[in-house]
Amino acid sequence: MDFEPKILGIACNWCTYTGADLAGTTRLQYPQNLRVVRVMCSSRINPSFIFRAFQLGADGVLVGGCHPGDCHYNTGNLYARRRLAVTRKILEFAGIEPGRFRVEWISASEGNKFAEVVTEFTEQVRNLGPQTKFKIEQLPTPEKI
Amino acid sequence: MSRIGVFVCHCGLNIAKTVRVSELAQFASTLPDVVVAKDYKFMCSTPGQEMIANDIKEHKLDRVIVTACSPLMHEQTFRKVLENAGLNKYLVTIVNIREQVSWVTHDIEEGTAKAKAVLNGAVYRARLLAPLTSRVIDVNPDVMVIGGGIAGIQAALELANTGKKVYLVEKNSTIGGHMAQFDKTFPTLDCSACILTPKMDAVLQHKNITMMTYSEISEVKGYVGNFDITVKQKARYVDHSKCNACLACTEKCPGKGVSEWDEGLVKRKAIYIPFPQAVPQKPVIDREACTYFIKGKCKLCQKVCEQKAIDFEQEDSFSTVKVGAVIVATGYDLMNTKPLVQYGYGKYPGVYSALEVERLFNSAGPTGGKVTMRDGKEPQAIAIMHCIGSRDKNNYEHCSRVCCMYSLKFAHLFKEKTSADVYQFYIDMRAAGKGYEEFYNRIIEEDVKFIRGKGARVAESVDEPGRLIVEAEDTITGKFIQLPVDMVVLSPAMIPRSDSKDIARLLNLSTDKYGFFMERHPKLAPLSTMSEGIFIAGVCQSPKDIPDTVAQANGAAAEALTIVVKDKMELEATTAMVNPASCCACQNCVRVCPYGAPFFNDQKGVSEINEALCKGCGLCASVCPTSAIIARHFTNDQVLAEIEGLMEF
Repeated sequence: MDFEPKILGIACNWCTYTGADLAGTTRLQYPQNLRVVRVMCSSRINPSFIFRAFQLGADGVLVGGCHPGDCHYNTGNLYARRRLAVTRKILEFAGIEPGRFRVEWISASEGNKFAEVVTEFTEQVRNLGPQTKFKIEQLPTPEKI
Repeated sequence: MSRIGVFVCHCGLNIAKTVRVSELAQFASTLPDVVVAKDYKFMCSTPGQEMIANDIKEHKLDRVIVTACSPLMHEQTFRKVLENAGLNKYLVTIVNIREQVSWVTHDIEEGTAKAKAVLNGAVYRARLLAPLTSRVIDVNPDVMVIGGGIAGIQAALELANTGKKVYLVEKNSTIGGHMAQFDKTFPTLDCSACILTPKMDAVLQHKNITMMTYSEISEVKGYVGNFDITVKQKARYVDHSKCNACLACTEKCPGKGVSEWDEGLVKRKAIYIPFPQAVPQKPVIDREACTYFIKGKCKLCQKVCEQKAIDFEQEDSFSTVKVGAVIVATGYDLMNTKPLVQYGYGKYPGVYSALEVERLFNSAGPTGGKVTMRDGKEPQAIAIMHCIGSRDKNNYEHCSRVCCMYSLKFAHLFKEKTSADVYQFYIDMRAAGKGYEEFYNRIIEEDVKFIRGKGARVAESVDEPGRLIVEAEDTITGKFIQLPVDMVVLSPAMIPRSDSKDIARLLNLSTDKYGFFMERHPKLAPLSTMSEGIFIAGVCQSPKDIPDTVAQANGAAAEALTIVVKDKMELEATTAMVNPASCCACQNCVRVCPYGAPFFNDQKGVSEINEALCKGCGLCASVCPTSAIIARHFTNDQVLAEIEGLMEF
């Protein structure tokens, strides 16, 4: 059987999540490998969300926010941009291929961009094969992070 | 242990076509803590809502998961269901299996598998949800309307007539907008000024409207119900409280500026009112054109002013206005067609833009309503070219909607005022509106020549110097046409005002790729924006005609009223809070918050959050090194649990 990657998406409520809705409203087709978590702002994203996803066996993580300068909360995505840049470095350090992590700025009117990004990213992750480096079989009992 | 009810919606066939809904409900019943799982055709309908309410009671549910359309669509609907059933409304979770599952795949296997995964994530998260208490705030009863064109005027009048106080902010020195520039309006051909100027006067006279002309918004603070908006009053150099509108100053002024109202076709004085029916009827000084400001001496206006109203020392001033809701009606610009060099605008004097032609027809215009060109001659042949820059993937993809009709109006007026031959170069004739097809038929009867083909190029005639040649392909005959004419009228794309990006930034509005403001929902919330309490009307949302603009303005006024009619309103409870026991007093939260919600309590030595200011973005929770800040409804535990659920399948 062909490898079907599992991809976690984390999208901000105002831009990327709404853009994803628009992709659906306009009936654009894209691969079904992405499962989206909605947060109010990309700045809410704690890097632990991304690490945990890889621990749980995610083959790729896609983060979406408003375009820099267009954040619904003025400056949130600017903080997110810096934090996610550091997250990328940590992931690389930990041995996760850089192609498994992607940050995209997708506005509420860019349904087509959302579909394109998901299609392209899914293909990219598929080509990388299953992610085993970070995956752990037994998750420790939940604790405060 | 929680007791979860899962309700799977078919949405007719919208979901059921690509997700096996009964299998999904069956799957849900196997998940932890789920005590009841059902599917139903339309969960948002009354029977659907009643089913949920009954099951909450019958099965003693303490969590509800509705697996249906986007939460942006019906989260509020289902929150109400919980509230009415006596459950805290934040204990409902919406799983989006329509916009983000069933509509984006044709494969029922894929669709069902993904739906199961996202539902599983929601169950994991729902178990950790906590009831939240909404905040209740006072609502300021006043409204601000930004933009004094027909949309802003209409909205302001409607609101003022209900007894609400309205601040109407207009950046020009008069209200009226583009509609004041027109001579006639299609399809009825009634005089634009005759229907607009009484409304302008009504604004001036209305005791509930505060007009703020020659003003722009410069800062916006606060939130729905309590906006603090700083308005910049640009220096007029005329004290309007003293001016008695005698206009002696405008007669004496030697300065010459470009008349914006006449689209630059003529000059106006440096101290001026834009047009005779301007509201207010009081002048301003154009600094760029004023002899005193350029050369340091003149002050003729000051000498003739008996009221001593001229004040060259005046500076921009700022005031803060408190309102509960805002209506944005900033209108449009026509695209600058100069960069489209193939049409020769700005190069050949015989090429005009649509608004310039509006001015030529107008009896208060530069030619007194006579159609004479820049060389003073009356044209013998006129080409009107539709879709210049619009319906054009290289420029603006959208249809500007009104050009077909005003181009027909131009044809009629040209026929009425000249003996010229009039040609229409069009791609398609779009006459969708009340009386529009009839108007089109009427113009056909008036011996106007229609050529179905977009004008491709305007060039100078080689044989007859001074005349122009319009080139196009007639797509009906398939022939290439070269038509000699004297005058070319371009109908350019309607685009948002050049400063609409600034307005969007100040008010936190989303825009589409051309800068038109985005509505909250294209069908069900066309006048609301993603920013609570801010509404849009008119062409700033997308191109439209005057009837649609007025209808939207009335709608936006009603929307604003739903907020300011109440003394108090509920705000989202999804704010951040600090656990003082874990706070390390680093004050990261205080530094990053764009709203100033977190503050440092010196006495306790910990950060605290002013919930009235918190908008719930969660930024502070992410920068807190000790996880002392909890973003309610999006806590680390809740999000991590959801991720765990999503990755399980």
